[in-house]
This record gives sequence, structure tokens and C-alpha cells, in this order.
Amino acid sequence: MAVVEREKLLEVKNLKKYFPAGKKGVLKAVDDVSFDIYKGETLGLVGESGCGKSTTGRTIIRLYDATDGEVFYEGDDVHDKKSRSELKKFNRKMQMIFQDPYASLNPRMTVKDIIAEGIDIHGLAKTKKDRENRVYELLETVGLNKEHANRYPHEFSGGQRQRIGIARALAVDPDFIIADEPISALDVSIQAQVVNLMMELQKERGLTYLFIAHDLSMVKHISDRVGVMYLGNIVELTTSDELYEEPLHPYTQALLSAIPVPDPELERSRERIILEGDVPSPINPPSGCRFRTRCPHAMDVCAAVKPKWQEAREGHWVACHLYDEEAVKQQN
Amino acid sequence: MEKLLELENIHVSFQTYGGEVKAVRGVSFTLDKGESLAIVGESGSGKSVTSKSIMRLLPNKIGSIKQGSIKFQGKDLAKASEREMEKIRGAEISMIFQDPMTSLNPTMTIGKQIMEGLRKHQNMSKSEAKERSINLLKLVGIPNPELRVDEYPHQFSGGMRQRVVIAIALSCNPKVLIADEPTTALDVTIQAQILDLMRDLQDKTGTAIILITHDLGVVANLAQRVAVMYGGMIVETGTVDEIFYKPKHPYTWGLLASMPKINAESKELLAIPGTPPDLMNPPKGCPFAARCPYAMEVCLENMPEATDVSSSHKAACWLLDERAPKVEPPEEALVGGAR
Repeated sequence: MAVVEREKLLEVKNLKKYFPAGKKGVLKAVDDVSFDIYKGETLGLVGESGCGKSTTGRTIIRLYDATDGEVFYEGDDVHDKKSRSELKKFNRKMQMIFQDPYASLNPRMTVKDIIAEGIDIHGLAKTKKDRENRVYELLETVGLNKEHANRYPHEFSGGQRQRIGIARALAVDPDFIIADEPISALDVSIQAQVVNLMMELQKERGLTYLFIAHDLSMVKHISDRVGVMYLGNIVELTTSDELYEEPLHPYTQALLSAIPVPDPELERSRERIILEGDVPSPINPPSGCRFRTRCPHAMDVCAAVKPKWQEAREGHWVACHLYDEEAVKQQN
Repeated sequence: MEKLLELENIHVSFQTYGGEVKAVRGVSFTLDKGESLAIVGESGSGKSVTSKSIMRLLPNKIGSIKQGSIKFQGKDLAKASEREMEKIRGAEISMIFQDPMTSLNPTMTIGKQIMEGLRKHQNMSKSEAKERSINLLKLVGIPNPELRVDEYPHQFSGGMRQRVVIAIALSCNPKVLIADEPTTALDVTIQAQILDLMRDLQDKTGTAIILITHDLGVVANLAQRVAVMYGGMIVETGTVDEIFYKPKHPYTWGLLASMPKINAESKELLAIPGTPPDLMNPPKGCPFAARCPYAMEVCLENMPEATDVSSSHKAACWLLDERAPKVEPPEEALVGGAR
């Protein structure tokens, strides 16, 4: 297969984000994560609660300052010292959609003012009329109408509020949107509406997404490539089809096998890998490979050495000693 | 099969500032001994309210059962006194709640919370109850139960807490277990553990389960029969195979089609347009008519009767009337074997 050289939009290099925890403890929420996002693609990031997927998203957009590592947006280091105007320019290109449509909209502002906030800050509208028209246009783009502009968030359902959140993100005409669990608070039939809207907008505007979620089936549906996180590390990253057809990392395998499928016959016949125990605390994570305490294939080397992040097949990255010939040889 | 629980034409309403919310509007179903029935539906469809009315746990001042009967072993729970209900709750019918973080008392040890029901309903002595608590913790798969029985909820993880909640619910060998979204707050790998445990326990104890959920994957995993709720009504009911492979109601089609299939090619999801009805002013006809792509005039005016599709399969839809046009479910709604 000919590999088309794609343009990198975002490069994350050895990103770390630690939080202070208690007197001497350090919570390593994101610990040495590297990946690229190409222009126009959707990269999914999945994992269980506490694995650091949201922290990764928030650190990329600089809601948190990184402890270490770099994030390059079109070659520019995001976490570099920047002047106010430089930051503003950068903020216009990158926007975020949040999980909870009830908490992420200011209840005391009208929908019009919520959506227009970015337009005002960046001075994108010259006249009041222009501002209004832009808001109306955005409302229509996300499937609402202009009668909604003067209402308050409490007058909307969860799905409609998420549409308002999307309209707000689109208001400054961004290239890259980080969607942090944008559908987990919504009902199934409404989830599909929002996902379809996001995919349509991507097609129309050539947007690039980082889609963070714990629902693997939805992530597979929307993403071109998917990264799997466990306890602050990315353990596997590849195209979404390959990840679901041939998962390499034992954690990915267990995660996929744990999802109940809406097909009774398949459910009855399926052999499930059920992981023992719980995710260990990120304050004192296990040595070596962090998954080894729950891994059905754990070897001695897994406790001693942190597995390398390597390309096991073309475009299929994994961090596991099972795919490291040297490590397996050492073991035998 | 022996009928254990029989709901007939249950109506539940809430009084609010804005008026009366008719949350459940005529729900009827039966539960046999030892079977597992799933009630699926979106938020506000009335599935939790239905289960709370069985336990008579509706908020006293504003919520009430307006009409209908809930027969449990011949007794009508809808008319039972509070004192009679106290004997049934926890002993004959027990409940697992969605959020294991808030359904345990943070100031009591795990052991004390399990012993509560045993002491009250089974007149056990303290030492007997403690021994039984340890056995229950072992049964639900908690390591070192002898030590952990004296610990507090905050010392347990989410999955472990849900195991404790299950142990409490099963402590008095109830005949019916109502599980209201038992795995929604848990991560997938922990969800798999809990579902496995519930299936295993049902095999061992023969408890009938009412599973309330919005996750069709969980339904396929655990249930034998399914009731689909929408707008306070049951719109379709049948065996799990009938609902997944031969669904008849357009809302069920919509639910199945809006879920991405992990084991199939991804196409565009078939979303159900619009939003659920306002139960303050419920529609005159079929509650789904406003969002239904096949709605006819009659749907807006008259509520369809539940029509028998087979001896175990019923759907309330005008499309099943012999005068209605023949409509096939959309391709996106077809699951596995039906495809």
C-alpha cells in the first residue's frame, strides 16, 4: 500500500503532566506520551477513568501547563512562553468541546452571548448586525435555529446544549477541535445525532479532531486512528480497523473483549478475557510495564523494564515486551 | 413458569410546580421465577420510576401510583401499608442502585451494612450475621473478606463497592432483584466483571432479576426477556432474540440503528431525529409518533394497542394493523443473525 505523506498538524512529544498529591506524593496523570495528529483526521483516545486521556487533551490545549515535554502545533511549540497576542492567535485555531453540556455553558448568559464570546474576543464581527448573523448561521449549522439565540441554557435538552457547545467551538473558525467525551452524558439516540453532526462538520470544513471517550464502539465509528491509554501511558496506537481486528497489546485485547455487544447470540458464544482486579493508583504505579499487575501474559521482564514504544507493524505502534524480540529472548 | 410479579396498568404521576408529570402511563408486565427481564429506554422513559414504584420508593409527597396493581405472590404492593412494605423490601425484593459511591453509608463499616438486613429480617444474632456477611463477601468475589468486613466504603474501589452493594441486596435471599443501571458508573473491564458475577449468582441462587439499563449490549449479555419503554409506556416486549433479531417497533429499530456496531463496517449512524415527548402534556396518540419516520395520521390521534406478534412478543404500533402499509426495518437496525 502506498503511504501518502500526510501533513502533521499536531506533534506531541514526551508529554508529562504531574499533579501534586498529598505531602510527598506525585500523581503522574500523563507520563511520557508521544503521538502525532495529521491534518483532517480524527484521532480517538480511549481508556478507562483515570488513565489520563482527559488530562492529555487539556494539556495539549494548555488548560494545564505541561510538567515536561512538548506540543507542536504546525511546528509551533504550544507550551513555549508566548505573548498575549500570540496566544490569542493560537487559541483561535484550537478549540474544545466538553463532556458535560450542563456544566460547560454559563447559565446566566443567553445562547447568543455564549456563542459570540469568541467572536467578540477575537474581534471577528465588525457590527452588531454582523455578530448576530454569524450567531444565526452557527445555530443553523449545528441544527438549531435563530429563535434559540435569545434563550438561556436551561431551556435546552442535553443534546441541544451539546450542539450549542459545538457552535461555540466553531465560532472562531478553528482548524483543530479537542472533544472530551462529547457524547457520554447523552442518550443513545441523541449520541448518534451529535456524532453525525460532528462527522458532517468535519467533511464540510476539513476539521481535525482529537476525540476522547471511553466508549470504544463510538470511538471506532468516528476515528481514523485510535490510541489506547492505560495509567498515564499510551499502550497502543494504530488505525481504528486494525486496532479492532488485530489488537496487539493485552490490555487492548481485554478492553475489546469486555464490551458487551448488542447481539444476544454473539454474547452467548463469546469467550471473554476478564481482567482481574482494578486499575492501580497512579500515585504509586507499578514498576516496568504499568499493566503487568493485571496482565494475563506478564513475564519477569515486565516488572523490571519499561517496554519500548515501537512500531510492531507498519503504522501500528505498541508498548509491550511480547512484541520486543530482545525482551522475549532474554526471558527464555 | 410460575408468575412471581405481575404489574397491571400502572400509572405514576409527579406533582411539580409546572403541573402533573405523567411519568408512567399504563405499564403492564410479568416476571417469572428465576428469569431476567431487562427494561430498556432513554432517560425520562419511565424505567426507573416503574422499578421504584414496585419497591414503593417514590418520593412521598410528590409522587404516587395513580392507578393499577402490582401483584407480588398474590399481594397487591400498590395498596400495601408502609409496615407491610418494610417486611418485603430487602427481604423479598431488593435493589441495586446505579451509583455505588452514594448508595453505601460512608460512616458505617461494610460488615455493619450487610448485617443490617440480616438482623432485621432474619433475626440473626450478631455473630451469625457477621459470619454470613463474610460468606457473602466471599460469594461476590472480595478477597480477604475476614479483614475487609471491618473496613469502610472509602477503602473500596468503585467495582468493589458495587460488589458490596450486590452482597447487601442478596443477603436475605430475595426472590426478585431490581438492578437499576448496575454497571453504568463503572469502567468496561469492571463492568464485565460485575455482569459475570450477576449471571453467576443468578445461576446459583435462582433470583429473578429486573435489569434497568439503556445499554443494549448489557441487555444482550444478561437478559432473557426485554421490555422497551418510551414516553412512559412499554412499546415492545419479547424474548431477547425477538427484540434483537425481529424487532417490530420503529423506536426499537431506531435504538438498534443508532448504536455503532463494533464488529461491522462503519456506516453513517441512523439517528432518531428530535427529542422525547414532554410528559407534562403527553401526546394523545403514540408517544413516538412525532419522531417516527413511518408515522401515519392515526398515530397522532390514537394510541395503538399492544399487538401479539408471537406468544411472547408484543408491540404497540399501528404498523402492525392489517390496514397499515408493510414496512421493513432499516438495514442499520439489523443485528448479527438477522442481517
